[in-house]
Amino acid sequence: MCLGIPSKVIEVDEAFKTGRIDYLGTKIKANFALLDDIKIGDWVIVHAGFAISRLDEDDALETLDILREMADKA
Amino acid sequence: MGRSTNAYRDKKVIAALLEKIAEKQRLLPARSRIMEVCGTHTMSIHRHGLKGLLDAAGVEMVSGPGCPVCITPNEVHEAALGLVTGRENLVLATFGDMTRVPTRLGSLQAAIPAAGSAVKIVYSPEESLALARRGRGTEVVFFGVGFETTIPSIAYTARAAAAEGLTNYSVLSALWVIPPPLKAILDTGDVRISGFLYPGHVSAIIGPAAYEFIARDYGYPGVIAGFEPGDILLGILSILDQIREGKPRVANEYTRVVRPDGNPVARALMADVLEPKSACWRGLGVIPASGLKLRSEYAAFDAELKYGLRIEPRAEDLPGCRCGDVLRGIIGPPECPLFGRKCAPDSPHGPCMVSFEGACLVYHKYGAPRP
Repeated sequence: MCLGIPSKVIEVDEAFKTGRIDYLGTKIKANFALLDDIKIGDWVIVHAGFAISRLDEDDALETLDILREMADKA
Repeated sequence: MGRSTNAYRDKKVIAALLEKIAEKQRLLPARSRIMEVCGTHTMSIHRHGLKGLLDAAGVEMVSGPGCPVCITPNEVHEAALGLVTGRENLVLATFGDMTRVPTRLGSLQAAIPAAGSAVKIVYSPEESLALARRGRGTEVVFFGVGFETTIPSIAYTARAAAAEGLTNYSVLSALWVIPPPLKAILDTGDVRISGFLYPGHVSAIIGPAAYEFIARDYGYPGVIAGFEPGDILLGILSILDQIREGKPRVANEYTRVVRPDGNPVARALMADVLEPKSACWRGLGVIPASGLKLRSEYAAFDAELKYGLRIEPRAEDLPGCRCGDVLRGIIGPPECPLFGRKCAPDSPHGPCMVSFEGACLVYHKYGAPRP
């Protein structure tokens, strides 16, 4: 139910706060009313047709570093 | 970012994390029992085989009340059934899982709608709004179920309907908020837990502060985690650290999605359209301020008022069904006498065997070991 899909924003209609996203190659309509200043190229979590959060690339990379470091130490 | 996420599932990474968990767990005097609040976590933990691996490391995962389809009590499902079977020219739109929940009156899927009426499955609440725009002669009721992840999008439809002057759209509310039932579970004291794995996407809306009272007033460790195996195991490591140090807090291991203040735009929309109400949860009973209803300004879009529905809390399961005890973490699904016998995914007896995130369906599908 609370599954959210990381997707890339490919189209933004600023007037209506809607647009389209690319999820693993599938292009789907999405509603951007729950986030300010969505731009093409942003990564977002989409749930039930609405983008609910923007993915932070720095934080994502930091978590990946932590994980890789752990595997290297093992 | 899309292609670099493999480390979250990398075998070597997962093995190292599990080793680290076993190591930290050995320093603790007792096995740890961690409640994963969210059904999406339950699904991920079982799907990736983490349940058994964690058990072996000394950490028992317990499913919590985080499946909105499951905790919606029978009387609400029956009210939806009553609408579509009792009223002509009414479209009841809802998410797919909701149509399969068995009640004393049958399920929406098997119901025979009144003349001109129908049950429609939608993916987004916006689709139900589109149905209302198209079919002006038809009443459209969105049977909206969800936690804070989904609630803003449902609130959006009511606000949009008001702005557009749509008079044939309303919402039958099955909207639940997560912090109050956690408090209720702790207050009853009948579940032995060492800490909480908090939901990822609910937290993207409400933010970490919503759980502060659990660390501060009840002294339980907790962590917000994402849904990849690596995310979940990192979260569990944080809980074990908190137990050992005796310093419970609300850690956030899902910073790539969950901001310190959550999603203020979504929360403002919720607050504009909805207000808290006392609500009845399957298995947990009536919990103050645990549900949401439309504010009086939006009363015209409240299906309960529009159709004079009287939904009395009963919080009863169907005879023999122990979904309620599963949702409270009192028993694991295989301990229910119906599990896998009279209750299976193709003939569910209770909602926990229906929803893709219901604990019973997940256990049945991935064949978790008996407790």
